[in-house]
Amino acid sequence: MAKRDLVFRIGGAAGDGVSSTAESFAKISARSGMHTWTYSSYQSVIRGGHVWTQIRGGLDPVLSHGVDPDVVVCLNQQTMDVHQGQVSEGGAIVYDVDGTKPDPSKVRGNVRLLGIPLRKKAQSLSPNALMRNTVALGAAVRLFDLDFRHVESAFKDIWGDKKPEVVQQNIAAAKLGATAVEEMGGSLNLGLAYPNEPKYLMTGNEAICLGALAAGVKFLAQYPMTPASSILHWMALHGPPHGVVVKQVEDELAAMNMAVGAGFAGVRSMTATSGGGFSLMVEAIGQAGMTETPLVAILVQRSGPSTGLPTKTEQGDLNLALGAGQGDWPRAILAPRNPEECFRLTAQAFNLAEIYQTPIILISDLYLGEGYRTVEKPDFNVPIVRGMSAANGAEVKDFKRYLLTESGVSPRAIPGMKGYQFVAATDEHMENSELISDVLAGIPEYVAERNRMHEKRMRKLDGLRKDTPPPELWGPEDADLTLIHWGSTWGAAHEAIQNVEARGIRVNSLEFPTLFPFHTEATLGLLKNVKQSLAIEGNYTGQFTRLLRAETGYKPDHFFGKYDGEPFTWRDISDKIMEAVA
Amino acid sequence: MKLEFEMDTYKSEIKPTWCPGCGDFAVLRALQMSIHALQLEPWNILVVSGIGCSSNLPHFLSTYGFHAIHGRALPVAEGAKLANPDLQVIVTGGDGDGYGIGVGHFIHAMRRNFDITYLVMNNQIYGLTTGQASPTSEKGMKTKSTPIEGVIENPVDPISLALASGATYVARAFSGDVKGMAELVKNGIQHHGFSLIDCMSPCVTYNKVNTYDFFRERVYDLQKENHDTSDMKAAFAKAIEWPFVARDRIPLGLFYRNENVPTYEDLEPALKKGSPVRQPLGVEDPDELLSEFL
Repeated sequence: MAKRDLVFRIGGAAGDGVSSTAESFAKISARSGMHTWTYSSYQSVIRGGHVWTQIRGGLDPVLSHGVDPDVVVCLNQQTMDVHQGQVSEGGAIVYDVDGTKPDPSKVRGNVRLLGIPLRKKAQSLSPNALMRNTVALGAAVRLFDLDFRHVESAFKDIWGDKKPEVVQQNIAAAKLGATAVEEMGGSLNLGLAYPNEPKYLMTGNEAICLGALAAGVKFLAQYPMTPASSILHWMALHGPPHGVVVKQVEDELAAMNMAVGAGFAGVRSMTATSGGGFSLMVEAIGQAGMTETPLVAILVQRSGPSTGLPTKTEQGDLNLALGAGQGDWPRAILAPRNPEECFRLTAQAFNLAEIYQTPIILISDLYLGEGYRTVEKPDFNVPIVRGMSAANGAEVKDFKRYLLTESGVSPRAIPGMKGYQFVAATDEHMENSELISDVLAGIPEYVAERNRMHEKRMRKLDGLRKDTPPPELWGPEDADLTLIHWGSTWGAAHEAIQNVEARGIRVNSLEFPTLFPFHTEATLGLLKNVKQSLAIEGNYTGQFTRLLRAETGYKPDHFFGKYDGEPFTWRDISDKIMEAVA
Repeated sequence: MKLEFEMDTYKSEIKPTWCPGCGDFAVLRALQMSIHALQLEPWNILVVSGIGCSSNLPHFLSTYGFHAIHGRALPVAEGAKLANPDLQVIVTGGDGDGYGIGVGHFIHAMRRNFDITYLVMNNQIYGLTTGQASPTSEKGMKTKSTPIEGVIENPVDPISLALASGATYVARAFSGDVKGMAELVKNGIQHHGFSLIDCMSPCVTYNKVNTYDFFRERVYDLQKENHDTSDMKAAFAKAIEWPFVARDRIPLGLFYRNENVPTYEDLEPALKKGSPVRQPLGVEDPDELLSEFL
């Protein structure tokens, strides 16, 4: 079968320019019309250490960053030592012949070892040896037969019109790399017919920002934390011209409380963080639940517990999101599977937050949040539904902000509306927002009142269950095995299914864009025909698997938990499938 | 001239639940007098509080209110102010709320110089939790949580802290002088920038040291002693008089005021389009926004 994809990997020390080179290559791939998917493995260090990025481009839609690379660029010896054995047969290793040495005994058959004097070639253009990564990039572009004009356009994006001389120097450096490959036997001849129609390329975090803008977000308060920081960075630059107040604050307590204040004052409001920051937001998000204040909280998970592996991925914060805040309060937890869904569900989350006047949590992870993927053009024409408002204008006597209703949703007023003044209280309160807590609690009439108010709030879960996306079953109904998973595992799971299908094994996939409120009836319906199941989660205890069991009584037959910090690959999952069906 | 809003317009139907004699009554009264004197529209005022006896205050007013969680009134208020800068945002709370659990937010709100007025009902004790030491309890004071040696920490000095953190209107008032307090609060509301009014508000139940009499014997009016409120050095010198230098003279009144510092709202680029709450939702030209991704 002819090859339909390419896999490129570049590694070095932090500070070697690995990430900028990888970003350029991803752009080149996307502009060549390839479906593109990246994964960056990096560490919590600014200089040194070992970082690498893998970029996969496919003529057909790709579902993961793939496994074995066709080409690896080794910017240091450590990269060579770690990666030389993984290069696919017929591939190539590009390295600086001055200072880096391959070990041919560890390399697979038919892999070309292309020692190029990267540093010397770069220095022939400029004493600035940093461009050796650009020389290597040029070599890779030639090996894959990619069109060189995309290299030029990628460099122009990075350095822009401000530094035309830097653009020219880098183009020259890349050409030196390409020429070197030409002199050493030319391209890999993969035979990929690049469409050269550009595709949109973005990270999950960027898709969240775009979804928020499309939905009309006006406020973001955030404290920097990997892997959510790029939301702050992108919004800080692009938000203000669209009237969005973007504020880096003193801590995550302030971030959540400011988001609550802004939501209360009537704008679409959000915050974003990772597990550590979300832990600090827990009391304040419960405050939003109690005061019935809309907001959207983005939780981009990384490896825990505690500081954990700050630059590594995991799905270990579901329990945190489910249990955030003392007492019960209504929430929805949405789990996008890919950037398209990051965009769509973020926009939907703002509607749900205002319709149900309660916080909506969007739970993503480092793999999805930071990886670049090509996407269909996002459609900004998203529905905007702002929920029930007390009519503006005429003065109303005895306005009841927390009116008991069947849906649990009460007419909302925002400060500035004449005649609707009320006090939102974190203490338990009555319909008119007068406190029950201070002098009324325990008096029989108010014991009942507390119940009515608590039940009113919790009734919102019924509506949220109806308005959130239901679980989905992908693949043949009569499969031998059903994969059960959520979030970013989607791609690798689907690719694993394709892979085992070629080996005659029929597997389907049950996935959950909504984690809470749990769609129990729909899930039970989809579980009816499941013969055998394998639950896959990026955590140790099976946080979702336990939720599934609690809500449906269903216990998956097999469990594959991964908590090493690395994302699932299709190979990880197909191996587990083979074990399960053996 | 007939005023549009009578004093009663600003009162809610809910009666304060404070102990008889509590200093917080005076603060509530002073706040009502101030917004009445300024004839502010109740629906354009937002009063945000935290948790503690004093933080019940918004319930006793007819304005919009947000009774937040402990220590977080300021960030809630900042978020609301940024969403709708046209609101008159006033924050109320106690010393435990603002100078203890919320002290980080206190410092950062001041360095941002939001146009927010912050009234702290400082009784130097935790009242609602029945009498533990507070961040402003005097050294040596015996409380439920410091029953043996008394407090062995130094108290927070909110006035010095405010001056050092960038507040542009810093005052101390006393619940024994409602009129004086109302004047300071009114000027604080009118001030363009962050105003702190540290209100010495005796707790008649749990603080038997810092009583009305304690203050009456010691307070004096800064404005009667030719204090220059534009001079930050002079303000610091007055600030440290109590409790650090001496215990026999406690300055009241305005320590410092600077009208020439732009507020956060003045500098925030997103607000140049006007109040965010009134802006249309969505993106006018998505293709331009998307071009960087292609």
